[in-house]
Amino acid sequence: MSFIRSQILVCAGTGCNSSGSATLIKDLDKELKKHSLSKEVEVIRTGCFGLCELGPVVIVYPEGTFYSRVTSEDIAELVEEHLVKGRVLTRLVYHETIGDNKTISINDIGFFKSQERIALKNCGIIDPENIDEYLAYDGYKALQKVLLEMEPQEVIDTIKGAGLRGRGGAGFPTGMKWQFTKNAQGDSKYVACNADEGDPGAFMDRSVLEGDPHALIEAMTIAGYAIGANEGYVYVRAEYPIAVKRLAIAINQARDYGLLGDNILDSGFNFTLDIRLGSGAFVCGEETALLNSIEGKRGEPRPRPPFPANKGLFGKPTVLNNVETFANIPSIIRNGSDWYSNIGTEKSKGTKVFALGGKINNTGLLEIPMGTTLREIVYEIGGGIPNGKAFKAAQTGGPSGGCIPSEHLDTPIDYDSLIQIGSMMGSGGLIVMDEDNCMVDIARFFLDFTCDESCGKCPPCRIGTKRMLEILEDICAGKGKKGDIERLESLAIGIKSSSLCGLGQTAPNPVLSTIRYFRDEYEAHINEKRCPSGVCTELLSFVVVEEACKACGICKKKCPVDAITGEKKVIHNIDQQKCIKCGACIEACPFDAIVKK
Amino acid sequence: MKKSIQELEAIRNKTIDHINLRSGKGGYRVVVGMATCGIAAGARPVMMRLMEEVQKNSLVDVTIAQTGCIGACRLEPIIEVYSPDGSKVTYIKMDEEKAIKVVADHLINGKIVNEYTATTIDGKVVDPEMQ
Repeated sequence: MSFIRSQILVCAGTGCNSSGSATLIKDLDKELKKHSLSKEVEVIRTGCFGLCELGPVVIVYPEGTFYSRVTSEDIAELVEEHLVKGRVLTRLVYHETIGDNKTISINDIGFFKSQERIALKNCGIIDPENIDEYLAYDGYKALQKVLLEMEPQEVIDTIKGAGLRGRGGAGFPTGMKWQFTKNAQGDSKYVACNADEGDPGAFMDRSVLEGDPHALIEAMTIAGYAIGANEGYVYVRAEYPIAVKRLAIAINQARDYGLLGDNILDSGFNFTLDIRLGSGAFVCGEETALLNSIEGKRGEPRPRPPFPANKGLFGKPTVLNNVETFANIPSIIRNGSDWYSNIGTEKSKGTKVFALGGKINNTGLLEIPMGTTLREIVYEIGGGIPNGKAFKAAQTGGPSGGCIPSEHLDTPIDYDSLIQIGSMMGSGGLIVMDEDNCMVDIARFFLDFTCDESCGKCPPCRIGTKRMLEILEDICAGKGKKGDIERLESLAIGIKSSSLCGLGQTAPNPVLSTIRYFRDEYEAHINEKRCPSGVCTELLSFVVVEEACKACGICKKKCPVDAITGEKKVIHNIDQQKCIKCGACIEACPFDAIVKK
Repeated sequence: MKKSIQELEAIRNKTIDHINLRSGKGGYRVVVGMATCGIAAGARPVMMRLMEEVQKNSLVDVTIAQTGCIGACRLEPIIEVYSPDGSKVTYIKMDEEKAIKVVADHLINGKIVNEYTATTIDGKVVDPEMQ
């Protein structure tokens, strides 16, 4: 290996990949070759840095210069300036990192400053396709410690002591789950990982799989040792091709080094790991449906009890944890339970990864200690709301969760406080909404999703969600009737209490929480046939403000359905019968003379 | 191939040296002026020689980086050696031979090579040969 003076880290996560990082890497290689720099400068593809909004992200070390939104056209200049001449190419540097004539480290920018990374510790730092880099960052040391120095019960006690709770959403204590499975009788046991991340807008698990797949392998092997299982399955959705590919590479490398397979590290412990691909049914993220799917059966939930800890995969005791839960395990083993339980709040320990999306400046992935307030996430890490709009609500927990309105911005985020205010932690999707979002429409959107994804096995979920959706569609279309809100509430309570699995039991949550905090919007839709945020098109009309109209004819040309009448110097008019409310005229009008009412 | 615990440790140590570039090394940081003036004066062979020598002597703590124009183009090639404590020594009019000596004396033994450093008279940097 020759002396490498500089390393260029290019984010190869799904976010940056779709904004073109793959071609970027090819172009970089080409340019470096052209300047004969290939032997002294190394290009490394990493997992997600978290700032997907600014992708593709490129960091040049040793300076640590943080370039954002780099395109293929920039590469020649970047190589010429930074790597041949040693000058930072300021026009591409992320603006927040340029201080008084000098660039500051990326760790000091607002987005990264308040974060504490445990599950994402290696994401964006190591090359996920190189086991040696994982090893260098203390990789497989936890496994070594467990296999050579600890009894299985000690491992479980450490996890219990750490207070780790399931990161899939429900927050069940992980140590207890492992204990139940260890205590259960069975000639063979299994470890399974739920990587069937299905909430719209959530990509925490994908980023761990793409950025640090060995952490999952190490953790699952540790779990296998703790409960006495020799086989593990990772159930991952086929829509995550990069994650699947990197995980497969990682499993092969671990096998090659003897970190999976027979007699691992000469301890006498055997463990194998396999990948099972899911075809993207939301219900397969429910644990019993997931186990059915791994067994090759239809992805439908089973009644619980018996819980998977007693009768799981192939009828044997099974531990099933989410990717992020597993990603915390190696750090807990290495640093001890006290270290972990000192982070977070009294009942929710450690950190949580959130996928931040919606009306927010820094869309991306972040990991924060439990107990951080929503205000810090939105305004400090997230960089606030674009275009100076006002915060209206944040949606957590995806289709199973609820909305948190602005009066609860200062609630510390943990499992219990979120449930108290009518939402839930969920897997970590966090969607920010501003004054332009209609809460009835949001509720309709999520119910449309769960209704579509209901497996149909139990009637409350299959029929109930459909009935609720119909009511919501009516309200959005201006056909809402008195008593609709009460009907929604009564259906919601019925569905929650009688559905077979978590999908149905939580599906009404978005409706209930929006009714709880934004009842006035429902009432405006039903009683006044008015959508206060101007989203529900059926309740809107587009009208010309006569004083502002200059009769220029631009809107008339743009209108796809010829709904606008008027001549030169004759004030224009919109025919409400013909208008399809597409909004093209509003965008086209140079005088802001068309408004939604 | 199956690895023993010792072999895994060896991989860890070898790789950490390599990726330390990303987390900041603890040792000397050598910055080579590589603007047009530096390149024209022969900064590239100096840097290549520095890299070679650092590699040859397994100085895993040393970072070698480029920078733009340091400002005294007539004294190029210039290299600056930053100590871990933040102090800085500027070497001017470098060539490959001088680079070898800087690595041997300064980077390995911590002894500043006085004859290659910039000299200041009345606040102005002057060419050492002019003294």
